[in-house]
Amino acid sequence: MSEAIEVTDLTKIFGTTVAVDHISFSVKEGEIFGFLGPNGAGKTTTTRMLTGVIPPDSGSALILDHDIQHQPVMAKQGFGVVPETSNAYADLTAWQNLMLMGDLYGLPHAHASDRASDLLKTLGLLERRDQKVQAYSKGMKQRLILAMALLHKPGLLFLDEPTSGLDVQSSQMILSLLRDLSQEGTTIFLTTHNMEEANRLCNRIAIIRSGKIVALDAPEKLKAAIDRLHRIEVSFDRDIPANGLARLPGVVHVDRTGDKWQITVEDRDLVIRSLVTFSQQQGAVIATLNTLAPSLDDAFLRLTREVPP
Amino acid sequence: MNPAGFSEQVRRAWAIARKDIRIYYIKGPVLIFGIFMPVFLFLAFLMGSRQLPLAFLVSGLVGMALFFTATAVSPAIFPWEGQAKTLERLASCPITVEAIVFGDMIASTLFGIGITLITVIIGLALGLPLLHAITLGTGILLAACCFSAIGMLLAVPPTNTPSNIMMLSSLIKFPMVFISGIFIPLEQMPPWGLALAAFSPLTYFTDIVRYSFTGTNYFPVPGDVAALILFTIVLTAGTMYLHKRTMPKRM
Repeated sequence: MSEAIEVTDLTKIFGTTVAVDHISFSVKEGEIFGFLGPNGAGKTTTTRMLTGVIPPDSGSALILDHDIQHQPVMAKQGFGVVPETSNAYADLTAWQNLMLMGDLYGLPHAHASDRASDLLKTLGLLERRDQKVQAYSKGMKQRLILAMALLHKPGLLFLDEPTSGLDVQSSQMILSLLRDLSQEGTTIFLTTHNMEEANRLCNRIAIIRSGKIVALDAPEKLKAAIDRLHRIEVSFDRDIPANGLARLPGVVHVDRTGDKWQITVEDRDLVIRSLVTFSQQQGAVIATLNTLAPSLDDAFLRLTREVPP
Repeated sequence: MNPAGFSEQVRRAWAIARKDIRIYYIKGPVLIFGIFMPVFLFLAFLMGSRQLPLAFLVSGLVGMALFFTATAVSPAIFPWEGQAKTLERLASCPITVEAIVFGDMIASTLFGIGITLITVIIGLALGLPLLHAITLGTGILLAACCFSAIGMLLAVPPTNTPSNIMMLSSLIKFPMVFISGIFIPLEQMPPWGLALAAFSPLTYFTDIVRYSFTGTNYFPVPGDVAALILFTIVLTAGTMYLHKRTMPKRM
């Protein structure tokens, strides 16, 4: 699988502030790549450099095999952008905005019209296509922006907080469309604060803090990586001896809360296998067994916590 | 299709121009300002300068109309779009900064020509003979391109506050009107005034208009045309270069 985005040593400095500090990463074709970080971490600056809106101070970014600085038009022709703030022309209708995009991407008029109709229908805006955008709700504007970004069937889509502040209906519609696009092979670069959204959608996630990438991996691996120790919660249909549990291989600590045992372990797989054997030896039945993995929120908070000086 | 090719970028510039016309130019207040501003200036001088012939003043009116209309809206487009974040959308589209500037210039040129034709019709309605229609048409076309480049040049400072640009625009445009032989014939200007007038493209356009209506001119007409072409090329290249440099600062 080749790379849709290849970033090397990308840096942006505003005055004395290093907004993005020599970051390097790549996004594979067809991947949904989450880009997370607290406010001011450098997410939007990175996205703006990758989309050619602002130039980097050093480093390079290859977008669909084109250098965004030296071949900006060729690179931009291949991707679509959904910014956080709706930036459709408020004085134009949805249809006029879409036709403008068609012209700016060099689409033949008939092709642009067919595609615009399909997208407006999919996104529930077809009946209001001739209404000026200034009369649209935030959710409608965001859906229109997505339609504008998809009009030329881009192979790569940049989204900056696409569901931020939207109603449930608009959010679900957008997320469902993103899943469909991903299945069709579109690469998606998603900047979001919504951990649940990132957890459910993304193949890999990069976490940026103070302009530097502090973690980059699959969501489950990120969650697992933040703690060397894991917790397992287990309950049995009868009382069992605490010291028996504590002696199992891989168990670090055992706590009883109500009818459940919370076991701190180093190796989850080893301990779960041991628990099964142990319950058989004790003649007990395992009533419930849960692995209490850290959430992506935990991972995010841990990774973006500022290191004290 | 080569998206970065010249013809494709010109097509996309035309899309920008149509967008500008739709959003910024076909508005009641803009059209009214475009017509009334030069007409009122003209009437003020007609009342105050009764010794000047009507043909001289109508030529000035045509010059002012084109100058004011071609530079009326274009300086504010970038600040408006920067404020509304639509400029960021354009910046992420496969269109060069030069093509965006060119598109804005096309819209401004067409608007300027449209309004100026009204003032030409006023001149004809007042009984002035049009002696050199082709020269006038060529002059209007060249000057409209040149003035729209001036309009875009005024938008170069990377501010997203339109009022800042409009203030700068007025500071530059009004003195230009007074040094360009519109109200004071070039023949009556002191040497330092003539030296200043030579640096204003409006001078050469006004001279062409005067020649077209009265048959008299200060500079040779080919010289006027050459000066307008030169100003257009230099100002267009300059504004495109400067906008390319300042565009990221607007984001």
